[in-house]
Amino acid sequence: MVSAGKNINTHTSPEGIKGQVLQILHTVLDPEVPVLSVMDLGIVRDVKISALTDKEIGVEIFVTPTYTGCPAIDIINMHIRMALLQEGFTDIKITQVLSPAWTTDWITTEGKEKLKAYGIAPPHYRQSVCTPDAFQEEEAIQCPLCNSYNTRLVSQFGSTACKALYQCNDCQEPFDYFKCH
Amino acid sequence: MPHQPINISIDQLVNYCLHLADNALILGHRNSEWCGHGPVLEQDIAISNIALDCIGQARNFYQYAAELSGNGATEDTLAYLREASDFKNALLTEQPNGDWAQTTLRQFLFSTYQYFLYQLLQNSSNPTLAAIAEKALKEVTYHVRWSSEWVIRLGDGTDESKQRMQNAIAALWPYTAELFHPAPYETTTASAGFGVDPASIKAAWHEKITAVFEEATVSVPRAADVQVGGKEGKHTQYLVDILEEMQHLQRTYPNAQW
Repeated sequence: MVSAGKNINTHTSPEGIKGQVLQILHTVLDPEVPVLSVMDLGIVRDVKISALTDKEIGVEIFVTPTYTGCPAIDIINMHIRMALLQEGFTDIKITQVLSPAWTTDWITTEGKEKLKAYGIAPPHYRQSVCTPDAFQEEEAIQCPLCNSYNTRLVSQFGSTACKALYQCNDCQEPFDYFKCH
Repeated sequence: MPHQPINISIDQLVNYCLHLADNALILGHRNSEWCGHGPVLEQDIAISNIALDCIGQARNFYQYAAELSGNGATEDTLAYLREASDFKNALLTEQPNGDWAQTTLRQFLFSTYQYFLYQLLQNSSNPTLAAIAEKALKEVTYHVRWSSEWVIRLGDGTDESKQRMQNAIAALWPYTAELFHPAPYETTTASAGFGVDPASIKAAWHEKITAVFEEATVSVPRAADVQVGGKEGKHTQYLVDILEEMQHLQRTYPNAQW
């Protein structure tokens, strides 16, 4: 336990502190898709405030990775830690949880809108392809630029683990699709 | 120590975790050798993505093995400071990349094995192994789809691509039997409810391989040698070569960090 810094009102209830932490987490962005916060991505599974005394607060953030090998994991954890430190939290623990496994269903509606505005086709609300059978394609991925559904899969694997490569047959724009997972 | 099993020794569980980790690390490392050398940009990116997934899975298993074994072990000491004879990966994963046919076939043979393995492992009574398997299964599903498509595309392609896929099958098939020959730590962990008896997934594996080979119009060699031993530390020279490169930095500059 370490003394809370200047920005934390330790007279607030644990629920209030938790709200404050969540607000901070809304400002921590995914380094690979820098329009999405960790909250938009749905990778923050829980926040626990512990041992609240007059001057001491411990905060534990439970984070789940999108993909096991995502190189952003360590960076995201560091950014969470730095954002909380900046707001005066000093006793910060980040715990990885693997189960239940992250799914694109946990990306918020707002997050999906942000993705589209950024030029990345958001994942479908309902996953249609989730078996290993060959040559399957998601149905109708919408081009984020011209909104056409006349698009084609270029590769299931894109610039990051979470994306697939598509191309629009109408406007010809190549684009990323945040693939269902 | 969390999740400590009551009826099997920690050593058996550690060995099982190392086996799962080594499989993923060595195959991941092999795939990473393609980075910057893929046949086309999109496929270079694909194989590198798959390499990352494999290494991510390896990290999770190594972290758990390190936590169980204590003595200052970390994921890095387990990956970078063990000798070839300590590695428990199946021989298939260390086989060289060869051409694109051999690489994609190796991925297909192994990812299909992992797919059925993780399906069962996610029901392990060990919550950590179950969680890693549940997470990894989603990634492996993509790997099976991608690699099976290449086996079909090349097998049912031109005369040359078909010949190359058939050559790849001849080269790799002898290493597939080992996947289903349980090592002692697989048998003990399986009977304790933590691990999976690999023999139990052989039929499902075979069915999937056969279906894809049929679509690819390629065939399994009638009689093939059987090569085993990797899971118990008896490796081909290929693993020694991989480790020499992979471990070079940590062995030359111990504890070096980026």
